[in-house]
Amino acid sequence: MSFRLGYRADPGNPWFSWQYVRDNSDTILAALREHTSLTVRAVLIAVLIAVPLAVAAYWFRALAGPILAVTGVLYTIPSLALFAFLAPYLGIGVVTVLTVVVLYALLVIVRNALAGLTQVPPEVREAAEGMGYGRWGRLFRIELPLALPGILTGLRLATVSTVALVTVGVVVGQGGLGQLIFAGFQNNFYKAQIMTGTLLCVLLALVFDLALAGAGRLLTPWLRRRSAA
Amino acid sequence: MTAAAGPIEAAVVWLNDPLNWTNPGGVLDRTGEHLAISAAAVLLGCLIAWPIGLWLGHTGRGGGLVVLVANLTLAVPTLALLTILPLTFLGFGRPPVVVALAVFAIPPLLANAYTGVRAVDPEARDAARGMGFSGWQLLRRVELPLAVPYLAAGFRTAAVQVVATAALASFVNGGGLGQIIRAGFGLDIAAGGGQILAGGLLVAGLALLVELVLALVERLVTPRPLRNRGRRAGRRAADAVSGA
Repeated sequence: MSFRLGYRADPGNPWFSWQYVRDNSDTILAALREHTSLTVRAVLIAVLIAVPLAVAAYWFRALAGPILAVTGVLYTIPSLALFAFLAPYLGIGVVTVLTVVVLYALLVIVRNALAGLTQVPPEVREAAEGMGYGRWGRLFRIELPLALPGILTGLRLATVSTVALVTVGVVVGQGGLGQLIFAGFQNNFYKAQIMTGTLLCVLLALVFDLALAGAGRLLTPWLRRRSAA
Repeated sequence: MTAAAGPIEAAVVWLNDPLNWTNPGGVLDRTGEHLAISAAAVLLGCLIAWPIGLWLGHTGRGGGLVVLVANLTLAVPTLALLTILPLTFLGFGRPPVVVALAVFAIPPLLANAYTGVRAVDPEARDAARGMGFSGWQLLRRVELPLAVPYLAAGFRTAAVQVVATAALASFVNGGGLGQIIRAGFGLDIAAGGGQILAGGLLVAGLALLVELVLALVERLVTPRPLRNRGRRAGRRAADAVSGA
């Protein structure tokens, strides 16, 4: 019965099918949830590591070279090779996927955050110093807010590429929507499933990007005022 | 047998077995496939991206298009293209893999070609016009030669990225060194750990080798006075694409 379906011509395998989406909404939503949660966790961890690294590189210029070099080297390692390096130690599962995507996101965020910090005008820094701000006060109240556009650019790029990269997690069985795409390919090249996974991936990246862009606008009202003037 | 030892020892053992290199589907075979697929993809990418990038740079329009292409390809997972393309008219086998990889080679090639022409000194352009060059002659004899360092930088970025991404072709049995890693994962982690690690080392090593060789090529094709400036600028154009 079921193998006879395989003999049906192309109409049996459309690129998109609401029928498929309805019948498999549980699986699709579970994959989407997993993908979202992996992305959010990875980006949060990456920010928590990358921004302090950028600040360290900003304060101690001697550290800037090594930090950028190490994150740059990590970035050139092919993703599948990075999975291959980590999986024998971290095992098959979420930890491996998270580690890989965090390592990739680091470079993008560190570089942009550092660029944002170094673009703070020296007069502003001197004025803050003259007003009696210490190193930490200046960082939190002057420099980081002014570097926010740079940090957000890095964050947006890192998030979009993380959404795409998570799919490679298929290799350790934790690819989120990649799992859906790959299963569709293996399951007699089920086009509707592959396409649904792909569209959701691109859509998820778009939603994250727009959300972060919106958050950026809210957090940096002075930029809007300047461009309006 | 070697599962009791650490993954590194197992990887060394795996790499020291000559049969793992010379067998059908061994390291030598896979490296050949990897390089063949990557070369075809980069070539295809150049054929598409360079003429468009140079032309857009020459006319000075389409900067937005270049950024749009870069952003779009950033959001599309490689896995998706690798699984979708074989089901289209391209059919199974090598062509869909090459096309999928070429898609990811295009943004750095396009952006660097565009930036390379845009970065040509306006005075050189004016001088050429003053000498009576037509638009086409200007592009061919002034802008193109001056853009070569940028083209080389874009070529290097694209090639390294393609060699790295070609490992993912193994998801659709497209061949290449990724196949060794995938086979190792197929065994399960205790038995395949060594092979997985060995495959990872081979893939990373090949990417690094390509990077070094092309860095040398980039240096050779960049005229001496342009060397420092060209490289820094090329990096910047490449970074604009990779978003870093």
